[in-house]
Amino acid sequence: MRSKRTRLIGNWLLAIGFWPKAKSQELFLVLAAACLLLPAGLFAQAQPQIAKSSCVECHSGFPEPTGVTEAQWAADIHAQKGLTCAGCHGGDPSEPSPEGAMSKKAGFRGKPKRTEIPAMCAKCHADGAYMRQYNPSLRTDQFAQYQTSVHGKRLAHGDTKVAVCIDCHGVHGIRPSREPRSTVNPLNVANTCSRCHSDAAYMKDYKIKTDQFAGYSASVHHEAMVVRGDLSAPTCTTCHGNHGAAPPGVASVENVCSTCHAFQAQLFDISPHKAAFAAMGTGSCITCHSNHRIVHPTDAMVGTGNEAVCANCHATGDPGFVAAGQIHDDLTRLDESLKRSDEVLDKAERSGMEVSQARIDEAQGRDSLIKARVTVHSFQPAKVEQDTQAGMKIADKTYKAGLQALAERDYRRKGLGLTLITIVAVLIGLWMYIRQIESRNESGGS
Amino acid sequence: MASVPEAAPPTATHSNRLVRWLDERFGWEQLVAPLRHKTVPVHKLSYWYFLGGMTLFLFMIQVLTGILLLLYYRPSANEAFESVQYIMTQVQFGWLVRSIHSWSANLMIFTAFAHMFSVLFLRAYTKPRELTWLTGMVLLFLALGFGFSGYLLPWNTLAFFATKVGTEITGQVPLIGKPLLIFLRGGEEVTGATLTRFFGFHVALLPGITTLLIATHILLIQRLGMSVPPGQEAAWKGLPPNQREMPFFPNFFAHELMAWYVALGVLGALAALYPWELGSKADPFVAAPAGIRPEWYFMFMFQTLKLIPAKVGPIDGELLGIMGFGLAGLVWVLLPFLGGDRYGRRQVFIRGLGVFALAYMVSMTVYGYMVAAK
Amino acid sequence: MDHAEPATKSEPARRRLMQFLLGGGLLASAVAFLYPVLRYLVPPAATDLGGDSVVAAKVGDLKANSGKIFRFGSRPGLLVRTADGEYRAMSAVCTHLNCTVQYRGDVREVWCACHNGFYDLNGRNVAGPPPRPLESYAVHINGDDVVVSRRRGA
Repeated sequence: MRSKRTRLIGNWLLAIGFWPKAKSQELFLVLAAACLLLPAGLFAQAQPQIAKSSCVECHSGFPEPTGVTEAQWAADIHAQKGLTCAGCHGGDPSEPSPEGAMSKKAGFRGKPKRTEIPAMCAKCHADGAYMRQYNPSLRTDQFAQYQTSVHGKRLAHGDTKVAVCIDCHGVHGIRPSREPRSTVNPLNVANTCSRCHSDAAYMKDYKIKTDQFAGYSASVHHEAMVVRGDLSAPTCTTCHGNHGAAPPGVASVENVCSTCHAFQAQLFDISPHKAAFAAMGTGSCITCHSNHRIVHPTDAMVGTGNEAVCANCHATGDPGFVAAGQIHDDLTRLDESLKRSDEVLDKAERSGMEVSQARIDEAQGRDSLIKARVTVHSFQPAKVEQDTQAGMKIADKTYKAGLQALAERDYRRKGLGLTLITIVAVLIGLWMYIRQIESRNESGGS
Repeated sequence: MASVPEAAPPTATHSNRLVRWLDERFGWEQLVAPLRHKTVPVHKLSYWYFLGGMTLFLFMIQVLTGILLLLYYRPSANEAFESVQYIMTQVQFGWLVRSIHSWSANLMIFTAFAHMFSVLFLRAYTKPRELTWLTGMVLLFLALGFGFSGYLLPWNTLAFFATKVGTEITGQVPLIGKPLLIFLRGGEEVTGATLTRFFGFHVALLPGITTLLIATHILLIQRLGMSVPPGQEAAWKGLPPNQREMPFFPNFFAHELMAWYVALGVLGALAALYPWELGSKADPFVAAPAGIRPEWYFMFMFQTLKLIPAKVGPIDGELLGIMGFGLAGLVWVLLPFLGGDRYGRRQVFIRGLGVFALAYMVSMTVYGYMVAAK
Repeated sequence: MDHAEPATKSEPARRRLMQFLLGGGLLASAVAFLYPVLRYLVPPAATDLGGDSVVAAKVGDLKANSGKIFRFGSRPGLLVRTADGEYRAMSAVCTHLNCTVQYRGDVREVWCACHNGFYDLNGRNVAGPPPRPLESYAVHINGDDVVVSRRRGA
C-alpha cells in the first residue's frame, strides 16, 4: 500500500503529466492548456502570418551568400503579405527535401541573372490588377520609369554593374519605404546611392565624379533632413528621380529647384541672368549654388569680395559687378542694423526691462532680410533695396525702442539713487536723534 | 520749567492739540499710556528683537503693494499673465510695485524664519509665552501659504509646474491627501479654477486669518513683555536698574525705524536693479521644462524628498518624507510644551535640535540649488 | 533743568541739524514713496491687455479678399477677409521654418514666401513643405471691433 505522501506526489505527477488517470484530471489538463495557449494564440493573431517554408528552414543555417535567416525573412514585406520564396525563385517550399523543393519540375529558377531582375519584379509590381489586392495606392510604373533611367538603359546594353531593384531595396529583408529602417526611406536614400556612387574603384569605368555624397553631406538639404528631421527636404531621388533616375540635364535644373524655391525661380526668370546662363550652357541655379554641396548661402556670396560668386563672371567696373556690390552693401547694412538693435534689446532685457513688443517687431525686420535675400535673385539692386528699406525702418524702430528701454532703466536708477539719498538722510537723522536721547538718558534726569 | 516728557518726539508740540482732541473723544491717553511705558530689555542680544517687527513691517508692505496690484491684476487663466505684463510695462511704476511685492515676499519669509529661530535660541518660547509661540508658528505656516498661493498668480510656466508638483506632493498625505488636493486645485488638475481659488486664498482667506493672528500675537507680546535670554540674564541683572530697560517709544522704535528704512532702501534697490521677471505664459499642454523647482523656502523639503529612495522597506519613500516633515512640524509647534522648564536640561536638547534643523534646512537648500544648476 | 548743560557749544546746532535731517528726510522719503504710488493709481491710456483675445482690426479696415497681420500674444497672427466677406484668423507662423505667411488674393490661399508653402483658409497645409496646419483662431465681431481669440477646448 503506497504511503499517503507517495500518493500525494503521485497525484501531482499525474496532474502535471500527460496521462490523465481520471476524468477530473483530464479536464484540469485541458483547462490548463487552454489558459496557457489562449494568450499565445492571440499574440500570434497580431503578428503577420509568415508561411512556413522548407527553404528558410535549411537556408537559415547557411552563411552568406546563400544564407537567409528567419528574422531577415520575417522582416520582409513580401513574407508578411503571405508570399514565399517560390514567388521569385520558383520551386516548392512545402517539400522538405532539397531535391523536391528545388526541382526543375517545381519550376525552380535558382538565383536570377542581374539583367533579368527588373523584369522579374515587374511581373507583379507592374501589374495593376495584381497589386490592387495588396495596396491599391501603390504605383505600378516603376519598371517603365526604370527603363528610361541611366541604370535601366545601361542594363539593357548588358552592363551588370548598374543598380537593379535589389541593390537599392534589399533582397530578402525588403521593408516598405515609409519604415525608418528601409534602405529607401528618405533618411537613408543618400546612403544607399552612395554605396556605388561614392566608391571610386567601382565607378572607375564611368566618366562621372564620386564626390556627390560628400558634397551632399555638407549641404543645407542634408542638414534639414538628418539634423532637423524635415522629411520634406530633398535627397538624391528628389532631384534625380528614383526609378527613372537620371541627372536632370542643364536646361531642367531650374525646374527641379523651383518646385520648392519657387519665388527665387520666378525672380530669376525675369532677370538678365536667365538668358545669359542659357547662352553659356551652365545650369542656372547650380552655377552659383553648386549641385550637391549646396551650403547655407551667406551675404558674402553676393558682391565683390573674396567669397563672392559674382566675381567668377563679372569683372571690375562692369554693370554686373557694380550691381553686385550695391546688393551686397544693402544686405549687410540691414543685417548690421538688425544686429545693432538686437544688441541693445539684449542689454535692456538683461537689465530687467520688458521689451517683448520690440522683439516681435524685430522678427518682422528679420523677415524683411530673408525676403531681401530672396530678391537677390532678381539681380536688380533697386528691387533688393525696396525690401531692405522696409527692414531698415523696422530695425530703426526697434533700436529706438531698445534705447528707450535703456533710458527708462537709467531713469529708474536715478530715481533709486534719489530715494536712497532721502533714506540715508533719514538714517543719519535717526541715528543722531538716538544719540541725543540716549545721551540725555545717560546724563541723568528721569 | 516743567520736565519735558522724555518720550516726546521732536515734533510733539504741533500734535499736542490733536492729541487732546482725540483724547476727549477716544480716551486716547488711556489707549496709548501702556505704550508709553512699554520697555525693551537692554543687553548684548537686544538687536534680535528687531526681527519680529521687521517681519510685521514687510507684511505691511505686502498688504500695501498687494492692494495696489489688485487694481490691475486679473485672476483668470486667460488674462493673468497679460495683466502682470501690463503692470510691468504699461502702468506707471507698475514694475516697482510688482517687483517690491515679489522681493518683499521673499524677504518677509526669510525674516519670519530668522525670527522663529532667534526666539528658539534665545529661549523666548517657554512659559508663559507658549501661546505666542503657537500663534507665531501658525503665522509662519500662513506666510508659506501666502508664498505658495502668490507664486501661481502670474501664471507663468515655472509657477504652473511648481504648483502642479507642490499640490501633487500634498496629495500624497494619507487619508486626507486626495480631498485636500482637490480642494487646493479646485479640481483634479491645475487649471484656471486653481488660479481663481489661489487668488481667493491669497487676497481674502489668508489675510483675514493672518490679521487676527497678528493681533493676537502682538497682544500677547504687549501683555507678557519681552523675555531676556537665559544666557544674558546674569549680565542683565548686573546692570543698574535704570539701565536695564529702554523705552519702546521713542528709543527702541527709533532704532527699529532705522532698520525699516534700511529695508526700504534694500527693497527699492532690488526692485530697480533686479526687477522680477515675467517668464513665459503657462501652457498646460506643453511638457514640463527641465529644472522645475519650488521657491527657495520649500527647497529643503523638495530636495529631501528627491533624495529619499522610492521605497524604504514597505513604505513609499515620498510618503515617508511627507509624514516625516509633518511630524517635525508638529513637534516644532509643540516645543514649548515638550521643553519643560526654561532652565531645565531638556532645553539644551531643544537647542541642539534647533541647530540641527537650521543646519539641515540651510544645507539642503544650498544643495538643492547646486543640483539644479548642473 | 532735567538735563545737563550742552557738552559743547555746537549742541543746539547739532540738534538743529538732526531735526533738519530727520524731518526733511522723512518728508523727502515720504514724497519718494508716495510719488510712484500716485502715478501708479492713474490708469494708462492703453487698456487692452493683448492676451488670448485681441482686437485684430476694426470693421471696414479690411477689404474683401485681403489679409492683415496682427499681434497675438507674442507671435503674429493673420486675419483674412475672404471674397465672400467672411473673417478667418490663424497663426501667421509657418509650420515649416517659422517665416511669416501672407494671404494671396490671386489664389485665395495663405502662402509662405520662403519655400512656396500653401495653406487653405482653414489653416490646413495643402501644398509645399509645411508639415502641419496653422493653428486656427475664432473670430467674432463685437460692435466695431473684429475680435480674434484662441479656440477653447478640443
